[in-house]
Amino acid sequence: MPVVERPQVDAPPWWSNKRLRLLLRYALLSIGSLVIIIPIYLTIVNSLLIPSQLSQQPPPFFPTHPQWHTYPTAWNTGNMALYLRNSIIQTAIIVLGQLATSILAAFAFAFLEFPFKRTLFVVFLATLMIPFEVTVTQNLATITSLGWFNSFQGLTVPFLATGFGIFLLRQAFLSLPPELREASILDGYGNVRFLTRVVIPLARPAIAALAVFSFLASWNQYLWPLLVSGSNNKITTVQIGLKQLAATQLNQINVSLAGTVIAFLPLIILLVVFQKQLIRGLTAGSVK
Amino acid sequence: MTLLTPVARRRSWGLAALFLFPAILLFAIFTFYPFLENFKTALYQTAPYPGLPSKYVGLSQATSILSSSAFLQSLTSTFLFVVMVVPLGLLLGLALAVAANKTIKGIAIFRIIFSSTVVTSVAVGAIIFGTLMNPIVGLLPWLGINPNPPLLQSPTWALPAVAAIAIWQFLGLSFIVMLAGLQALPDDVLEAARVDGAGAWTVFWRVTVPMLSPTIFFGVVVGTIYAFQSFGQIDILIGQANAQQFHVNVLLYYIYQSVGGTNPDPGQAAVLSIALFVIIMVFTLLQLRFLERRVHYAGR
Repeated sequence: MPVVERPQVDAPPWWSNKRLRLLLRYALLSIGSLVIIIPIYLTIVNSLLIPSQLSQQPPPFFPTHPQWHTYPTAWNTGNMALYLRNSIIQTAIIVLGQLATSILAAFAFAFLEFPFKRTLFVVFLATLMIPFEVTVTQNLATITSLGWFNSFQGLTVPFLATGFGIFLLRQAFLSLPPELREASILDGYGNVRFLTRVVIPLARPAIAALAVFSFLASWNQYLWPLLVSGSNNKITTVQIGLKQLAATQLNQINVSLAGTVIAFLPLIILLVVFQKQLIRGLTAGSVK
Repeated sequence: MTLLTPVARRRSWGLAALFLFPAILLFAIFTFYPFLENFKTALYQTAPYPGLPSKYVGLSQATSILSSSAFLQSLTSTFLFVVMVVPLGLLLGLALAVAANKTIKGIAIFRIIFSSTVVTSVAVGAIIFGTLMNPIVGLLPWLGINPNPPLLQSPTWALPAVAAIAIWQFLGLSFIVMLAGLQALPDDVLEAARVDGAGAWTVFWRVTVPMLSPTIFFGVVVGTIYAFQSFGQIDILIGQANAQQFHVNVLLYYIYQSVGGTNPDPGQAAVLSIALFVIIMVFTLLQLRFLERRVHYAGR
């Protein structure tokens, strides 16, 4: 093998274009991060201050005498445990319900033959054009006449079907290789076995994406829980609970901030764990 | 499906009916029925005292609400809010995504930070910023901003302040969408542009942005829906009693007050709901018309 003589390359000086661009990129990334993190950091700091410290000049940027008790106070007197439990029940019902109705309907549209299939699909797509906000007035009347006001049925049932979820899963099911369908029929699989043994396992990424998406949407609901919750906190969710906490703890901003941190932290942890699914769910309509 | 016999096909009709039934039932009761019912309710005026039957008034109720100064002000506030939140939120999200679209050391952490506001709920965002903007808290004076009158109690500044909170919260979603769009761009085209000697700035505006247009279009649609839905910040930080006075009574909040306020007024709520539907529809169609024409779908 002939030895190829390599031209001697000097290490690029620090002011070279490439280094400078990298530095600039890190600077931009850091400024962006500060914009996001500072409000959250100050919230954590303020939650640990003595209320009188909040108005100090300059404002304290570090809790010198951290008041850890604000957290148990928010948890107990602020009812955070109850609100979190209610939010978890609400979200679990909606996520599981949406997954079930979406998987079934998407399977029918993707693999079954039936009359008026196209028409029905257009009708389902039309639900995407009607925002829930537009129907909220009559829905409140419906829920009240069903006797579901201030109940978990009332809180969740209107959201158990989603046009978006059906559409998303139908796309995912249709992108599975068609040979699978034929092979499973030859193997004597019925529709139900084809659904549970082949389609669901193979479409797991799309199903997970839908789960994360509907989790976030229902956890963060504000309008509907506000309308259907009674005053006895039976179904009050975290979002509405935080509103009450902020309204009642006027002289204890630190306690309401501790409640805010309690409501926020679990979601940050979930974000770190389920980042991939979340991104897939949120960008489902954008790239394709 | 050629493999299916007529018997199997009929069986598949039954299964389809069974599988579709839950969704059809839910959509019928909670989407289509209430949507259509709005058009009927809008024709009836709610009685001044609870318990009395409502009165048929035809279109007169709709015309009087839609021409009232309260509605026009609400419309203006909604429009200003959307115009502040959507472009700024998308532009900042795009800037962050461009910065984070390179595999360099520590990038995963930056990406998590930028995505993180997507998990902040309306209430969390409102309380975080409500505290920082609170005149009792020392941050604003320290920054040299005179908090009197308080930002959130000023007819001029309340709406931009609430919009700033909404932008901060929208940033996470905007970033995620933009980064996914950037990562899906074919490298070869960008590389070719660079080899042709185009500078980074030119490549960005002449190649990246046009190729990113489907993503930007998606972002505009999602952002507009998000902005129309936002009223929780206003409810928590300003409240029903002051919303109109401080020019922050956005349409959805107006609807909320007619539905769940102290004096529920279904007739008014129905009129406002139809107005909201028409406005969102018009916005969507305009976006389709003006944006999709310029959208560049690679290879489609």
